Amino acid sequence: MQSRFQNWLSPAGLGAVLLGLAVLLLSAAPGHAVTVERVVSPGGVEAWLVRDHSVPITAIEFSFRGGAASDPAGKTGLASMTTSLLDEGAGELDSQAFQGRLEDLSVRMSFNAGLETVRGSFKTLNRNRDEAVTLLRLALNEPRFDPEAIERMRRQITAGLKRKSTDPNVLASRVWRRAVFGEHPYARPVDGTLGSIKDISVQDLRGFVAKRFARDRLIVGVVGDITPDVLGPMLDDIFGGLPATTSASGPSDVATGAGGETFVVQMDIPQSVVVFGHEGVRRKSPDYYPAYVMNYILGGGGFSSRLYHEVREKRGLAYSVYSYLNPMKHGALITGGVATRNDQVAQSLAVIREEWGRMREAGPSADELTHAKTFLNGSFPLRLSSTGSIARMLVAMQYNDLGLDYMDRRQDFINAVTLADVQRVARRMLDPDQLTVVVVGSPESVKPTAKAPDIES
Amino acid sequence: MQRRALSRLLTVFLFLAGVPSVAGAAVFKPESFTLDNGMQVVVVTNHRVPVVTHMVWYKVGAMDEPPGKSGLAHYFEHLMFKGTEKLKPGAFSATVARNGGRENAFTSQDYTGYFQSVAVDRLPLMMEIEADRMTNLVLTDEIIEPERQVVIEERRSRTESDPSAILGEQLNTVLYQNYPYRIPIIGWRHEIENVTREDLLSFYRDWYRPNNAILVISGDITMKEVRPLAEKYYGVIPSRPLPKRVAWVEPPLKADRKVVLEHARVRQPTWSRRFVAPSQMYGETALADPLQVLGEILSGGATSRLYRKLVVEQKIAVSAGGWYNGRRRGPGVLGFYISPAPGNETEAVGAAMSAEIDLLVEKGVTDDEVAKAIQRLQDSAIYARDSYSTPARVLGGALAIGRTVADVESWPARIGAVTTEAVNKAIARVLKDRKSVTSLLLSKPTT
Repeated sequence: MQSRFQNWLSPAGLGAVLLGLAVLLLSAAPGHAVTVERVVSPGGVEAWLVRDHSVPITAIEFSFRGGAASDPAGKTGLASMTTSLLDEGAGELDSQAFQGRLEDLSVRMSFNAGLETVRGSFKTLNRNRDEAVTLLRLALNEPRFDPEAIERMRRQITAGLKRKSTDPNVLASRVWRRAVFGEHPYARPVDGTLGSIKDISVQDLRGFVAKRFARDRLIVGVVGDITPDVLGPMLDDIFGGLPATTSASGPSDVATGAGGETFVVQMDIPQSVVVFGHEGVRRKSPDYYPAYVMNYILGGGGFSSRLYHEVREKRGLAYSVYSYLNPMKHGALITGGVATRNDQVAQSLAVIREEWGRMREAGPSADELTHAKTFLNGSFPLRLSSTGSIARMLVAMQYNDLGLDYMDRRQDFINAVTLADVQRVARRMLDPDQLTVVVVGSPESVKPTAKAPDIES
Repeated sequence: MQRRALSRLLTVFLFLAGVPSVAGAAVFKPESFTLDNGMQVVVVTNHRVPVVTHMVWYKVGAMDEPPGKSGLAHYFEHLMFKGTEKLKPGAFSATVARNGGRENAFTSQDYTGYFQSVAVDRLPLMMEIEADRMTNLVLTDEIIEPERQVVIEERRSRTESDPSAILGEQLNTVLYQNYPYRIPIIGWRHEIENVTREDLLSFYRDWYRPNNAILVISGDITMKEVRPLAEKYYGVIPSRPLPKRVAWVEPPLKADRKVVLEHARVRQPTWSRRFVAPSQMYGETALADPLQVLGEILSGGATSRLYRKLVVEQKIAVSAGGWYNGRRRGPGVLGFYISPAPGNETEAVGAAMSAEIDLLVEKGVTDDEVAKAIQRLQDSAIYARDSYSTPARVLGGALAIGRTVADVESWPARIGAVTTEAVNKAIARVLKDRKSVTSLLLSKPTT
């Protein structure tokens, strides 16, 4: 099965050119297409592939479903610490030998943990591909977890946690999540705490690999100068040795708490950092696309959003102000942030609440909706900037069950959003009185409604 | 939680992080010509997706500001997003967004750049509005005053709230005794507060000229298509004589300097040492390529000598490495850093790093280190072609400091020709018996 991806910019869908500026259109021949192919290896490993012959390289991006939110209680940071060690020695190669081969072959290999997935990112020159693939297989199937490497990574993670412990942005985000999610795993920091990292053992790390790297949780995207014939056996080589299934459990569904509360964490800094937000919509919800378009207009749209215009452009209150949707598997958020002088926090929050309420009450204008759609459709191909970014897109499409032809259909989903849809979703979702607000700094005239929840550093 | 940053980037140092230092030979295969008004045009073709990155680079940066007007170049960059005679305030960004484009801008000591990434059939419109703001910008007090507050908030975010950024700013004031690099790009707050509308307009009139600008386009387009558009939109703007640039010269440091910041919010200390070095455009420029190979040898990969010895073997540090930045109009920098592992004093790990620097001067680097570093640097040039926007960034950054297209294209060959002797000679020139600036970022003991 193949899907063609072209004509993202149908001229009819584009906004009229502004202010009488003449436009000259090149004879745009949409002859370029990104073709997504589904490849299944002889051993049954599936990958989505985009062939690209422009540069002699191969990029593989992959995810295992289940991330830091599935870490056992008391072992916060296990997924993250494990990923930090996968390229620190595997098979017969100790850390220095393994890293030496990666560097000598110019292989770009990295692993990291998110709340809901563990991700791998791999890019190699085709001339080194065979050995590079062997290194990737070893990292996933035979990581060594030598004591030297474990202790070194533990020291580095600990140093990073200490550094973050006084970073107002990190603190604001962590306190906000603690307030909203309470004891749910979504409140935990992905990279652990000083206490939890101290106690992670080699058995924990080995157990993580055995329980969490399984083929039924695996999603693979490949882009580069490679054919399905060559890719198939390569997939078996890398992933074929992993168990077919495992039984690790994930977190349960969660609703957001602490609606309407304002928390202040005192810190002696010249500018307060503010995080605000409440319940959002999930990716599979029928309200997702209307919410997505609505958020672009409210605070997602770079230099054109309402929040940007009202807070930064018009009043000069902040350098950075934004909102975004964060749909997760077991909960959903719409969240935003602003950083502003301590004596302007109250005013900035008042403006943001007003915009939140204005969108809830009246929705966007017809013009705003048209412009949002034009941007969201027209800018989509900009995300396909490199082999790695296209491969990440292929992984995201599979993760969210969007289908092989999603890149073709995406603009239909966006175009189908009506003004009434956005108004309905804004009214249902947005509520300025339900915003949970966390301020880190020394804000003036901001009254906390309750004591900020404690977090471990 | 992902943080979405609206970054009008302050320095290209950040902007190019993650991009191979420079890329190279017969790699980008750019086409280039110069308009009659002196504006250079460069095109790199990549047909993967029907998208282009359109950049205009001005060869003016923070170092060109008049005395007492620090922050002017960056503040002005913000104001380029306001209105012109044709486009009312906000309409520039709205036009880019309504045509599915993404945009931003950045200011460094050496140059200022503006860019949009957009579907290829929107390129003429981007060129039209970019050319428009090269000459027709309108600045009123109503426009500049709120933006001044935005810039001051940006300074609070980037510098004043971050102990390591505060220290970095202090460090530059003593690393450079005379060169304008000693002044922060974002400016001193009291000077941002005092920049006038007349200062901004005269900076604009002086430097925003086609003969001081470079047009770089990379993506799904060829020079054959770009040339008539460049002539139509940019070619009609008259050139004007540019102000004389000050030929700053940096005298050698005569004394070691030490900058110490004890800050209550520091939990993980850091030690660093910096040496002023030649760059691609300043001083003994023949040393720039060998120094780049040295930078790659030191740059902190798991098998690099500093990380291996100090982090892996001696276990006294959580990070350790060195770096070289020579992509500048003025002096370059060779730097070293180390951050202690728990139970180690910052001064002690600094002394260990200092001993490694002495060893580097005494023994030099090995043939094996040089050969491997050259291979990695040359391979990075292949990866640099992977993205449609990277070629524009790399070429623009090189041309804006005065390099040529040929310099960029011959880079892998030149790097390939660097010998161990050349690296060791560069080490001697930059490090042997040279004064330096040492910085310490320390926790403030609680009382």
